[in-house]
Amino acid sequence: MASFIQLLVSGLATGAIYALIAVGFTLLWQTSQTINFAQGEFVMLPAFFVLGAMSIGAPFWLACIIAIGLSVLTLGVVFKFAVVDPMLKHGVLPLVISTIALAVFLKEAVKDFYSSQAQPFPTLVPANDIHVLDAVVSTQSLAVLAVAIVTVVGLNLLLQKTRLGRSMQATAQNPTLARILGIPVRRMVLYTFLINAVLVAIASILISPIYLAKFTNGETLGLAAFIAAIIGGFNQVRGAVLGGVILGILDNLSAAYVSAQYRAAIPLLILIVVILARPQGLLGRVEERTV
Amino acid sequence: MSRVGVAALLLAAALAVIVPFFLKPFGIYLLSMWAVLTIAAIGLNLTLGYAGQISLAQGAFIGIGAYTTALLMQIGVPYALAFAAAGTLCFAIGWILGYPALRVQHHYLAFVTLAFTTLVFLFLRNEEWLTGGIYGISGIKRPVFFGWSTAKPLDFYFFCLAVLVALSLATWWMLRSPWGRAFVALRENPIRALSLGVDTRRYTLMAFAIGSSLGGLSGALFAPLVQFLEPASFGLNRSFDLLLMVIVGGSGYFFGPFVGALISVLLPEWMRITEGYYLIIYALLVMLLMMFCPSGVIGLFERIQRMMRRRPSGLAEVQTS
Repeated sequence: MASFIQLLVSGLATGAIYALIAVGFTLLWQTSQTINFAQGEFVMLPAFFVLGAMSIGAPFWLACIIAIGLSVLTLGVVFKFAVVDPMLKHGVLPLVISTIALAVFLKEAVKDFYSSQAQPFPTLVPANDIHVLDAVVSTQSLAVLAVAIVTVVGLNLLLQKTRLGRSMQATAQNPTLARILGIPVRRMVLYTFLINAVLVAIASILISPIYLAKFTNGETLGLAAFIAAIIGGFNQVRGAVLGGVILGILDNLSAAYVSAQYRAAIPLLILIVVILARPQGLLGRVEERTV
Repeated sequence: MSRVGVAALLLAAALAVIVPFFLKPFGIYLLSMWAVLTIAAIGLNLTLGYAGQISLAQGAFIGIGAYTTALLMQIGVPYALAFAAAGTLCFAIGWILGYPALRVQHHYLAFVTLAFTTLVFLFLRNEEWLTGGIYGISGIKRPVFFGWSTAKPLDFYFFCLAVLVALSLATWWMLRSPWGRAFVALRENPIRALSLGVDTRRYTLMAFAIGSSLGGLSGALFAPLVQFLEPASFGLNRSFDLLLMVIVGGSGYFFGPFVGALISVLLPEWMRITEGYYLIIYALLVMLLMMFCPSGVIGLFERIQRMMRRRPSGLAEVQTS
């Protein structure tokens, strides 16, 4: 039982990080039909911004802020205007291909210009263990969980309670109507890209102490984000959160109770089952079809 | 086909036969690899370019075909039979995997096939009793036909080239048949195709299954070409690479995969001088190509040709769009 609680907490922590990545992924899909195959690499990169900033003398907290700023600039603004915008008129497929190429580009760039070795990464809080009901829970997991919850709740408040958030939702649901109502659709789309950049930067800072900062990190993280987004529901922020949490817990439990060799297979099998049985995802709505 | 096209085709065919005589074994190996991967890319082009379904499973099908061939040959099955078995098995698996294509929109198929590729990789890596796990299978022999041994690089290259030509002709014939027309109809407007009486369900499955079986046949050549199989050769990167080949060459163009595979096989060798930066440059080139000409290199050539002629050619545009 004790180990179950431990696995559950660490699973929730991983799941919360997956959820952040998956939420960003669905936001981009909802507002601009961008399937970002480079999302995993987007999470890999900000950790190196942090390390870069620290290597020129910035303290950790400042380095984190610099990294979030840089990632908003590169993964938000530059990505939107240099990669996505010129491609949108060509339809979904060229953009998919282009983000696959972008993933390769980011991975190789980090490998060649920073390092191909895994880099140690500072933790948010000093490593410590807390005893709860004879289970040992690391403060790190709790810190990760806290940051992730604050981020998701904050994002939800932004989307649900503010005028800006509701305009973004309107843009996602029906861009034409939103434009008629006087919502600056293009700016709203840009905002989702910026939000995605912030989310991946936070996820990067949370996950890198666990996985170490390495140029190949994106491969598993990207896959986890796709799967979480699809399990939960591609067109719902809530769905992506649920999917991420389910995936994180499952990942940890299956490593302990199923087989370590086929651990990676379990999320994939669930993905296939969900797509076949409920393609709109657990919380998703059926998308409208247009002829 | 235009006159320029016929001339280019004849020239390319002549080069494919003559050039290898002047190459070192490694050059011949690369050309053989080109022929083998082109077959898989033709299959993917059928699925993607003609039937409009994004598949990230073609690398896995090469793997299934290669392992099937190698394992069957190990227990003494003649190569020709193993070759046929690889194609048939991949056809069947493709048919089963194609069912999701009917249920969900196309970007979901990308994810189903992505999951499938990873599952196949895990299976190849973990089921050591069958596949040798990470140690793989080595010492795969090259086939002998009626006393003609293909053990030497040049002989094996011509064998691959012959298979490529045969399969291309078969695909060409199929695309000109009512079947192929139905594939194109699926891509252009599935709802209209359905209302015109095309059984979209069956044709989508068919396109996917035939594409997969070409992947399997490519694997059947891959095994004796590299003579050593390991799971890592058939991971997600291989599938991404094949997808890029088809798109870079020009998806939906018959000769797109030939060009795409040539670029993907030769470019890394030519760009040895750039040392480690090859992939960065390749990725940037792909992104630029997608930005300015999503119809790939062949589409680019077509556009240049049209610009040089500088006369209204509305008909040609309708055909190629």
